[in-house]
Amino acid sequence: MDARVSSKVKAVLAARGIGKVVKSGESDLVILRDIDLAVMPGEAVAIVGASGSGKSTLLALLAGLDLPSTGSVTLDGEELFALDEDARAALRGRALGFVFQSFQLLPSLDALENAMLPLELAGRRDAESAAKQMLERVGLGERLHHYPKHLSGGEQQRVALARAFVVEPRVLLADEPTGSLDEASGEAVIALMFELNRERGTTLVMVTHDEHLAARCGRIIRLSGGRIVA
Amino acid sequence: MRGRLRSAPGLNQSDAPAPHGPARGTVWLDERLTSALGVKPGGRVKLGNAEFPVAAVLTLEPDRGANFFNIAPRLMMNKDDLPATGLVQTGSRVYYQLLAAGERKDVDEFSAWARERLGRGQRLESLENARPEVRNTIDRAQSFLGLTALLAAVLAGVAIALGTRRFVERHLDGCAVMRCLGVSQSRLLALYASEFLMLGLAACAAGCVTGYAAHALIAQWIAQLLQAQLPAATALPALQGFLVGLVLLLGFALPPLIQLKNVPAVRVMRRESGAPRGGAIAAYAAGFASLAALLLWQAGDVKLGAIVVAGFAAAIVVFVAAAWLALRVAASGALARSIGARSMALRLGLASLRRHSRSNAIQVASLALGLTAILLLSITRADLIGAWRRAAPPDAPNRFMLNIQPDQLAPLKEFFASNAIPMPDLYPMIRGRLAEVNGKPVSDRDFTDERARRLIEREFNLSFSAESPAHNRVVSGRWFDARAGGRDEVSMEEGLGKTLGLKLGDTVRFNIAGEPYVARITSLRALKWDSMKVNFFFIGEPAALERHPTSWITSFRVAPEHEPLINQLAARFPNLTIVDIGAALKQLQTVLDQVILAVQFVFLFALAAGLLVLYSALVATEDERRRETAVMRAFGASSAQVVAAQRTEFAAMGLVAGLLATGGALAISAVLARRVFDLELPSNGWLWLAGPLAGLVLLSVNAWLSSRKVLKVSPALTLRDTG
Repeated sequence: MDARVSSKVKAVLAARGIGKVVKSGESDLVILRDIDLAVMPGEAVAIVGASGSGKSTLLALLAGLDLPSTGSVTLDGEELFALDEDARAALRGRALGFVFQSFQLLPSLDALENAMLPLELAGRRDAESAAKQMLERVGLGERLHHYPKHLSGGEQQRVALARAFVVEPRVLLADEPTGSLDEASGEAVIALMFELNRERGTTLVMVTHDEHLAARCGRIIRLSGGRIVA
Repeated sequence: MRGRLRSAPGLNQSDAPAPHGPARGTVWLDERLTSALGVKPGGRVKLGNAEFPVAAVLTLEPDRGANFFNIAPRLMMNKDDLPATGLVQTGSRVYYQLLAAGERKDVDEFSAWARERLGRGQRLESLENARPEVRNTIDRAQSFLGLTALLAAVLAGVAIALGTRRFVERHLDGCAVMRCLGVSQSRLLALYASEFLMLGLAACAAGCVTGYAAHALIAQWIAQLLQAQLPAATALPALQGFLVGLVLLLGFALPPLIQLKNVPAVRVMRRESGAPRGGAIAAYAAGFASLAALLLWQAGDVKLGAIVVAGFAAAIVVFVAAAWLALRVAASGALARSIGARSMALRLGLASLRRHSRSNAIQVASLALGLTAILLLSITRADLIGAWRRAAPPDAPNRFMLNIQPDQLAPLKEFFASNAIPMPDLYPMIRGRLAEVNGKPVSDRDFTDERARRLIEREFNLSFSAESPAHNRVVSGRWFDARAGGRDEVSMEEGLGKTLGLKLGDTVRFNIAGEPYVARITSLRALKWDSMKVNFFFIGEPAALERHPTSWITSFRVAPEHEPLINQLAARFPNLTIVDIGAALKQLQTVLDQVILAVQFVFLFALAAGLLVLYSALVATEDERRRETAVMRAFGASSAQVVAAQRTEFAAMGLVAGLLATGGALAISAVLARRVFDLELPSNGWLWLAGPLAGLVLLSVNAWLSSRKVLKVSPALTLRDTG
């Protein structure tokens, strides 16, 4: 971690000329066009815009969860779309953490198993102890064996944060992390997220339509009609 | 009338349907008589006072009975020529037969009408009361068809339940939104119920059309084989089809749909709320009960229906419990730990197996149910048909030899030995009239049943033997023990007991050439009438019967090359009656082959239902797996990890499902073979290998297809879809 913080100032995540076009009936629908973006290590960037402006699509492309129609993305020095899907997944496992609006916890796994998942996928033998520690850090040490349906929305999002941070990612991608939460829970989750971010020197890229939340990030990128407008 | 006479211009020449019988002044001889008399078409035969030219060789009489004491070679003549022969006069034994065929309703009406008017010596015969050897075949075919139909219906029910469950899971969100918007629960239920009802009506209509088309196809095909026209299908099956289809749909689709109406509106806020509850057991039980009642009514065979319905109900419960237990043990035991230590993918697969143990148990139980039906139908079908053929094998005896005198036994054995023909088993035969039952005299007037009256009127053929014949099975009581003073004991055929109202423990008194023979019935035997072996209604203890005048009887098979020996045998022992039952046997084999063909065609429908269940069970958890895979991919799982995890999970499930299905299929087939089909099944040890292997292969292929499918779609898209 220290090595990363002290590394030369070079974008940890960069997009060049990213575009996304999907077929919609007979015509083509342009979701994103010609997006250039560079995120420096340790930076906190908010992507804001109205619904349908292409925020979530951009986030999915930055993570390599979807394929762009044009352009390229570099993550941690590696050209994402030059890799095959498996290599992209491995890179994600190494370098990225995710927080989704709808949490995306697996309902058949309890809190601990959900947090262990990325570690298990990476073949880490200390998966259980590391996940336990992380859950204690987010305040869920007493609820390790509760299933998602028995947790509140705020608690579920904290499990999701634990799952995201447990692999100590270089970049955390958050898609409307408070979108499914009430104000108090949302505030608690955001506070925790920024705290962890600072603690671990993680780079944060967050999609949100909440201007207050965006203002807490160092930089705001505005999207409109699939383009960066500011 | 069904079928056509066929004749040929000469012996061993190709035959053709005959538009009518022999013309006036001519006769037709069948092949056996033609060769026995050494007369060719064009030659002349003398019949009573008249002489006729032989016009053709009679090759097929579809209406010919095969009661073997009545299958002397055939001569067919024109009825108008009969008076000239002088054959019909006082003391002649002449039988008249009226053959009737038609719509079932008309035939039933005619039977009821005729039964009331039957005079002395007249009887009404049908497949149900004539020809025991063919009846067995038809009964078993009916049972197998009943089984096939029952299985198809049960499987369809399971497929509907599984399919609806998935439908419900996919519509939960929509329902929650509608509840938010103020739609009442009853309206929600009415909405989906009417949608299902319309779908059900359309599906039933499509099913009926397919059914009639298949019937037409089978009818045409069988008509070619039988050279007979089958009656057209009536409207009743369509009505039954609709009824069964709708009961299946409502019985198995309504319980999950009721869960849909119970979705709380809060699910709009919290997706975890209002997931379908596993326990709608009461609703499912009601569906199953109504289906069971309908099936029992429709199958018409209560025993078969009860075995299948109860067998499958028990199987569902046992399968779910056993699958849950087996998956937990497989995934969490020391085995899983040692396997998991070697491979992360295996560990993930086994962990997933443990975590999904409840939904996986349902999936495994459904798979096991589908596999059970397929194994039951396909493998036991082969067993049943094999056993069926063995009961009337192609090498069954084709000659009966009667009236062998005790002093002829030694020279007869010598004759067989000198011609290198294996000596058949010889059975003693004593003729006796049944005089009393439990001390009361019996008379034919005591019975209303025509067959019972004929039996009482005639002399019975009694036999004696220290051991029960190998092709007989004692079904109640016990075989007498000669050493323990079994002199006054007799064994009776169970069917005769039903006809004459005799039971175990009754004392019977026979009159054998003026001498009494009194014995108590101490065992009942089941016989295989279609085995073409010598069978007796009563078998007594040797010491009690051998002092009575005895002749001997046997049945044996004569290979075509040994046919001339029969003539030598007849010449050397002129008092013997040698009956050729080859023609009857051939007819029986033909009926058997045709019935088997028809049965196999219907079997395909049930097989399709079994496959439908397998498919429904496999896609039931597809949505959940897609989402899980997408999340795993987002957190860095490689495709190899996804594939290996799914393969491990599915392979374990396939193995468990295969094992359960094998046990289920073997248990149900054993009960069916004994209780319904009356057949001995060979042991099927290899099924324990084939069943689990089938499950393993099937689910491994599914794992491969399923992971290919989830890996093809980008994780972002899946996560967005499954939100």
